[in-house]
Amino acid sequence: YDLSASQFSPDGRVFQVEYALKAVENSGTAVGIRGKDGVVFGVEKLVTSKLYEAGANKRLFNIDRHIGIATAGLMADSRAVVEIAREEASNYRYNYGLPIPLKNLTDRVSGYVHAHTLYSSVRPFGVSMILGSHTVEEGPQMYLIDPSGVSWGYHGCATGKAKQAAKTEIEKLKMKDMPIADLVKEVAKIIYIVHDEVKDKNFELELSWVGEVTGGKHELVPKNVYVEAEKFAKEALEESDDSDEEDL
Amino acid sequence: SYGALARYRNLSRVMKVNDSAAIGISGDYADYQFMKSVIEQRVIDEECLNDGFQYTPKSLFSWMTRVLYNRRSNFNPLWNTFIVGGVQDGEPFLGYIDKIGVAYNDPTIASGYGAYIAAPLLRDAFEANPKMSLAEAEKKIDECMKVLYYRDARSLNKYEVAIVTKDGTMIKSPIVSETNWEVAHMIKGYE
Repeated sequence: YDLSASQFSPDGRVFQVEYALKAVENSGTAVGIRGKDGVVFGVEKLVTSKLYEAGANKRLFNIDRHIGIATAGLMADSRAVVEIAREEASNYRYNYGLPIPLKNLTDRVSGYVHAHTLYSSVRPFGVSMILGSHTVEEGPQMYLIDPSGVSWGYHGCATGKAKQAAKTEIEKLKMKDMPIADLVKEVAKIIYIVHDEVKDKNFELELSWVGEVTGGKHELVPKNVYVEAEKFAKEALEESDDSDEEDL
Repeated sequence: SYGALARYRNLSRVMKVNDSAAIGISGDYADYQFMKSVIEQRVIDEECLNDGFQYTPKSLFSWMTRVLYNRRSNFNPLWNTFIVGGVQDGEPFLGYIDKIGVAYNDPTIASGYGAYIAAPLLRDAFEANPKMSLAEAEKKIDECMKVLYYRDARSLNKYEVAIVTKDGTMIKSPIVSETNWEVAHMIKGYE
C-alpha cells in the first residue's frame, strides 16, 4: 500500500505521505517563533563538506516583501514549492492590488501541497515549511505546512531532525510578550542547543526576521544582530556545559 | 493636472524603481499604471532572490526599450514617453524611450513641451557647467518647470522631482515654483 499516494492502507494511512514526513525528519532543524512585534526564523543548515561555499543553499526564502519561509526536507522540493508560493503572491497582487495576506498564501500553498497527495502520478513534497509575516493590520503571524498539506497557526514551532528537543525549548519561552530582539537570541540559542555535535559536525546558523523593526519586510538578520545572537547562543551553551560538570 | 484634463491635480508621474533608478512618464496614464505594476512586480521578484543584484538604470532602460519597440511592432503600443534616470557605476544616466521605441540617452533629456522649451535651457546649463552640483541642477529644473508653467496653457504650477544619487533614490513632491506675473500688467487686456 506504500507504492502510490492514491492508495490507503487497511488501517487508513497514506504511506507515501508518512514517508515524505520521514524525509523532513532527516533534514536539519528549522525553528520559528512568533513574538509580540515580529516573527523570527532559525535554521540549522547542515554542512556536509568543507568544500562548500559559505552561505550557499540557503533554507530561508522570501515571498513578496513581507513573507518569509523557512524549510526543512528535500531542498529541491522546497525550491519548487517556494516558486509556487511566489507566483501565488504575484497573482494576488495583480488581481487585488495588495500584498497577499499570510492566511491566504498559506491556504493556497497547503492546497497545492495537498494536491500532490491525491494521485499516483506524482509524489508528495518532502518538505515542511514555516511561513511568517508581520503586517500593520494583522500583527505577527506564523503557520506551518507539512507534506500532507495540513497547516496550523503557531506561536512557536519546529520541524526537522531535532524538532522534539526544539519544541521542548520553545515551550519554556513566554513568546507572546517577547520583543523581536530577544527572540532572535533565543532562536539562535535553541538551534545551538538542539544541534547534535556528534552526528552532524558542521552547521551554519541561518537567521531571518520580519517585524516592526524591519518595517514589515522579511529579511536575513543584519550582520551585527547575527553576531550578537550567535555569541549569546554559544555562551548559553557553555554555561549549560559548565553546570553539567558542576553536577558531576 | 493630467494633460488637458485639469481635474486630477495630484497624479504622480514619477516612480522610484530601486535605490539606483527612477522613471518619469508622460502619455497614457493607464498604460503607465500597467508598466508600473509590471516593473514593481519584477523588482519584488528580484528582491526575493536576494542575490545582491538589482536592476541598473541601463538594464531597465534596455528592457523597457525592448518592450516598447516590440509592442509598436505588433501594432499595440504603450502610448507613453518614458524617461529613465539613475546612477550606475558612479556615473549618472538619463534615457528617453517613446511609444515607437525610439531610445537614446544624454546628460539632458526632455519630452513633450519640455523638448522645445526646457531642453535648450538644460543643454546650455550643462554645456556651461557639466559638473554642476545637485543643488544647481534642482534649481535649473525649477527654472524649466517655471517657464513651462508660464508657456504651456494646459499646465499647473505644481511638480514632482525624482532624485537619484549614489546614496539612493528619493522623490520630492509637491513643489510649487515662485512665479512672477507682474509682466501681465504691461499687457493690454490683462490690466
